[in-house]
Amino acid sequence: MDTYYNPKDLLKFGEIGEGAPELWKKFSEWYGAVFKAGALSEREKALIALAVAHAVQCPYCIDAFTEASLEKGADLEQMTEAVHVASAIRGGASLVHGVQMKNVNEKLTM
Amino acid sequence: MQTRHKSMKAFGENLALANEQLKIINHQGDLPHFDDKYELVGEGRLKATEIEIFQINLGKMCNQVCKHCHVDAGPDRKEIMTKETMQDCLDILSAHDIPTVDLTGGAPEMNPNFKWFVDEVKKLDLHIIVRSNLTILETNGFEDYAEFMANHKVEIVSSLPYYKKSFTDKQRGDGVFDKSIAAMKKLNALGYGKEDAELKFHLVYNPVGAYLPPSQLELEQDYKRELKNNFDIDFNNLYTITNMPISRFLDYLIQSGNYDSYMQKLVDSFNPVAASNVMCRFTISVGWDGQLYDCDFNQMLELNMDHGAPNHIRNFNINSIENRRIVTGQHCYGCTAGAGSSCGGATA
Repeated sequence: MDTYYNPKDLLKFGEIGEGAPELWKKFSEWYGAVFKAGALSEREKALIALAVAHAVQCPYCIDAFTEASLEKGADLEQMTEAVHVASAIRGGASLVHGVQMKNVNEKLTM
Repeated sequence: MQTRHKSMKAFGENLALANEQLKIINHQGDLPHFDDKYELVGEGRLKATEIEIFQINLGKMCNQVCKHCHVDAGPDRKEIMTKETMQDCLDILSAHDIPTVDLTGGAPEMNPNFKWFVDEVKKLDLHIIVRSNLTILETNGFEDYAEFMANHKVEIVSSLPYYKKSFTDKQRGDGVFDKSIAAMKKLNALGYGKEDAELKFHLVYNPVGAYLPPSQLELEQDYKRELKNNFDIDFNNLYTITNMPISRFLDYLIQSGNYDSYMQKLVDSFNPVAASNVMCRFTISVGWDGQLYDCDFNQMLELNMDHGAPNHIRNFNINSIENRRIVTGQHCYGCTAGAGSSCGGATA
């Protein structure tokens, strides 16, 4: 059965450059710089990336950054907490918009 | 992956055989041959330098059956170095200027002549490293081995794949973490692992799966903080090593469907700086039966020293061993990936 996602496609990421090589080059350089240690360590950045990957639900990123987090010394416990951070923000983002609902409710109801 | 209680050899598994492993590892497909990749170092083929470390495998018997073990060690293994072969080693050590003796296994302590051998090596005024799995020091009949090693100023190097039980026990067996903590407290009480102490105690991290190790320096800081805060344990240095695609780890890679991607990763991560510092350049490996190898991994793949070098300790000849060409294979990518890997940790 065909699926939209194939894990092997992650290895083809660079082929995106075929259609716009200059843009791919700029993206790659920026991407590489983003994940270098700076004010945050490489592990902290990998865990943030892992959390964001879950927030945006990118299976390629989840694959890549689970491996990256392990290779930066994280374990299942740390990675799971990162996923919960993403989930808490996503859940919280929905919940906090409930303030808007309450605002509208207050306007429309006696 | 299931917990093992015996070696692959005990069950007659195919991958217990060196030639079966080599068939898989050396089927390179699209991967470049290691020797060709090594050309990037700019020194031609990989060659040894002077011998600084005489590493001896005292036997394949072990009280643990770690999932990743490249020796396929276990309590069922009966290959143990005899006293006669140990004497051959002593004769060579007394006749040549090799400063360090590195004892490994299996569990080297389980060799019945372990204490005698350490005594004899110490008489030659050489530095001794023992690769202890820690739990053996908490095992009946071996309770005094830690004190023995302290009295002989042995440097101890022990595997602890993580500073938590979860990863450690997953790889090394149920209860290993707790026993390791008890052993480490015993070593600290004897004076091991303190900063500036004479008795050196180092830990070894290796990934609990098909990925490369993290930064040795950063992980050492984590280990020191966590082991000190949670258990009041001290150690000197952390070495990070890469899992080699041989023996039980090869079996794991194949069963988990990670073999191809792991080999690709090792090749893609080839680091010429790490490659120029590989341990086989200054270490020789003596098998339990006296056969000679360029390293412990070649030993387990039954790839003897070659290119004019002797293949057994009885034919030891320093002139044909130093500066010899190293026997290589695709498994060598394990030592040259990323920050590099050796018995002393990262090499780049």
